[in-house]
Amino acid sequence: MLEIKNLHAQVEGKKILKGLNLTIQPGEVHAIMGPNGSGKSTLAQVLAGRDAYDVTEGKVIYNGLDLLDMEPEERARAGVFLAFQYPVEIPGVNSTYFLKAAFNEVRKHRGEAELDAIDFLNLVKEKMKVLELPQSLLNRPVNEGFSGGEKKRNEIFQMAVLDPKLAILDETDSGLDIDALRLVAEGVNKLKRPDNAQLIITHYQRLLDYIVPDFVHVLYDGRIIKTGEKRLALDLEERGYDWLLAEYRSQTTETPSGLVGAR
Amino acid sequence: MSTSTETIEQFVNREYQYGFVTDIETDMAPRGLSEDTVRLISSKKGEPDFLLEWRLKAYRYWLTMKEPVWPNVYYPKIDYQNIIYYSAPKQKTDGPKSLDEVDPKLIETYKKLGIPLREQARLAGVAVDAVFDSVSVATTFKGKLGEMGIIFCSFSEAVKEHPELIKKYLGSVVPYTDNYFAALNSAVYSDGSFCYIPKGVKCPMELSTYFRINSADTGQFERTLIVAEEGSSVSYLEGCTAPRRDTNQLHAAVVEIVAMDRADVKYSTVQNWYPGDEMGRGGIYNFVTKRGLCKGVSSKISWTQVETGSAITWKYPSVILKGDNSVGEFYSVALTTNYQQADTGTKMVHIGKNTRSTIISKGISAGRGQNSYRGQVKVMRSAEGSRNFSQCDSLLLGDKCGAHTFPYIEVKNTSSTVEHEASTSKIGEDQIFYCRQRGLSTQDAINMIVNGYCKEVFRQLPMEFAVEAQKLLGVSLEGSVG
Ligand SMILES: Nc1ncnc2c1ncn2[C@@H]1O[C@H](COP(=O)(O)OP(=O)(O)OP(=O)(O)O)[C@@H](O)[C@H]1O
Ligand SMILES: [Mg+2]
Repeated sequence: MLEIKNLHAQVEGKKILKGLNLTIQPGEVHAIMGPNGSGKSTLAQVLAGRDAYDVTEGKVIYNGLDLLDMEPEERARAGVFLAFQYPVEIPGVNSTYFLKAAFNEVRKHRGEAELDAIDFLNLVKEKMKVLELPQSLLNRPVNEGFSGGEKKRNEIFQMAVLDPKLAILDETDSGLDIDALRLVAEGVNKLKRPDNAQLIITHYQRLLDYIVPDFVHVLYDGRIIKTGEKRLALDLEERGYDWLLAEYRSQTTETPSGLVGAR
Repeated sequence: MSTSTETIEQFVNREYQYGFVTDIETDMAPRGLSEDTVRLISSKKGEPDFLLEWRLKAYRYWLTMKEPVWPNVYYPKIDYQNIIYYSAPKQKTDGPKSLDEVDPKLIETYKKLGIPLREQARLAGVAVDAVFDSVSVATTFKGKLGEMGIIFCSFSEAVKEHPELIKKYLGSVVPYTDNYFAALNSAVYSDGSFCYIPKGVKCPMELSTYFRINSADTGQFERTLIVAEEGSSVSYLEGCTAPRRDTNQLHAAVVEIVAMDRADVKYSTVQNWYPGDEMGRGGIYNFVTKRGLCKGVSSKISWTQVETGSAITWKYPSVILKGDNSVGEFYSVALTTNYQQADTGTKMVHIGKNTRSTIISKGISAGRGQNSYRGQVKVMRSAEGSRNFSQCDSLLLGDKCGAHTFPYIEVKNTSSTVEHEASTSKIGEDQIFYCRQRGLSTQDAINMIVNGYCKEVFRQLPMEFAVEAQKLLGVSLEGSVG
């Protein structure tokens, strides 16, 4: 479904991703963890196509398509969804109206008929139940004046409506209260199918109690330095990152001498 | 990063949709302006002496005046002797008795503009008084309105049928001495609309006029007069489009509104005249004087405008709040793209006690557009306890455009409150990206964000008009954001 090969990306001349590799198969859930500033959001934004991030090297193949060659809206219509770490407010634009426009773009792309207002509202009502999202939020402008947690829930609600193939969740759990966390996680789990995949960026093992990942990756210094199973998240929770970083540093300092030896 | 600006500027090139010319034999005055021109116009229209006299006085006064230089707009000097001041489509008979008698080409033109008279009149219940160049060619629903005592007709017709009303109110809100363009209009105006709502009558439908400039180099000088008697109410719509032209065209209209005790007048405009091409060639010069007088107690006049057209706009719909407890409102969206310039705003003059005014102005600049808000709030000593609230927001799309705000506030008593809020923002690259991540194109994203920004103003428009205004904004923004 997704194959990231040797991805290098920079922003404003600052190198952030430095040769990242990651492969995701349909039906899988991958978690990405890593210290602040390690490049997690950068990865998410690059996958979504934000043009402030320059990809200097590498390839991303998404369902046979060259993802990096596509406009952000083409990626979205092809099923790539990003739940933003910081969802954006759009004053004056009604949430339902916004979501209907987005939804119909996806339908058009799939060659399906656009839904009219009534059918769309029925769909929305159904999805709302899953996340126990108050109706009032949908009558308000997109994210405007939403609390931090409401914004995050709204992201997952949009995900539920748009039904993506590859969902990237950037710290959707931060800012959620305990009940909301459970609801959101349950919502995400319900959206899981054999033909779609989820890439979940988080700092907390807590979320992974609900959403059980097939793989846990640790991103550090623009690279994935460790991949494991769910167990790894528990280790990190217990021991922090230091032991891993120490391991990583000793490896990288060894590399040059290794190279010298190879000459 | 500049990439987003570039993406957005790719959209700046748009074609004017309504750029076509209807080929109709026209009855034109020779080029130029003199007392003879004024006499010719007046006699063509078979006007009574008092009107000719008034026109001549206005003309003589105009000769003593100088074109204003204070607006924040720049254009080559207008040669007033190179303008044709009168042009009327030829009619076989003296005037159409019904729509069937109207030149089919005219009807066709309106269809291209999306105003199928018949259908619109029947389906939307809108009475349309269509002004084609200078003469009214079709008036619908007149009979129905007539039964209620409402007069809605062309200005020329009103002069013939109701001279006493014209004599009483013409120039009573905007005297010919008011300003350069108002004086010019008073001397040479060719037609326009007249609307009279009798005491206690609530007009049951939106009254709508579509103006359209057709002949090349024809100055268009419209005159609109609306009188709302005690306890009456009316909502009036004005929409404009013009065919493509390479030379600039002058449009100097005057609109006067009088509201008596407890009368309520709502005047909505969607202005979409040819703005010039992407190089800044051509386009309409729109120099308009619009003013309402809240003459009676608790009367209300509300202006809503959506201005997306014209090369240059110079326009300040104003309200004089004379009656105690009267209310004045001004809601405006002004969009400038390419090389368009707009200097627009309002004037609220508080004279009566406890008068209230609200000003909501949303300026949008894109391309190399320059947008100035100029608003005056004047509270006289007599206007005890009056209140004003002004909010002027500017949205910049791109980095070659400009927004300017010139608020003038003058308060002469201590019991009044005047509040002014202003903001300038750039359309957020993060907002556009958020929309695109959900599958919307950049253009749709921009339209949506801009429409959201204008929401407060669109809310004031009648339903169908609001939809039209949103579409228009979309068409105008095709290619204009950063
Ligand atoms: N627009 C930018 N300009 C300059 N530096 C940036 C920009 N965006 C990101 N960075 C830097 O890139 C690095 C990686 O940022 P990123 O947001 O990807 O980290 P993260 O792993 O998501 O961190 P967190 O856990 O705090 O969310 C940080 O050092 C950040 O300051
Ligand atoms: Mg982050």
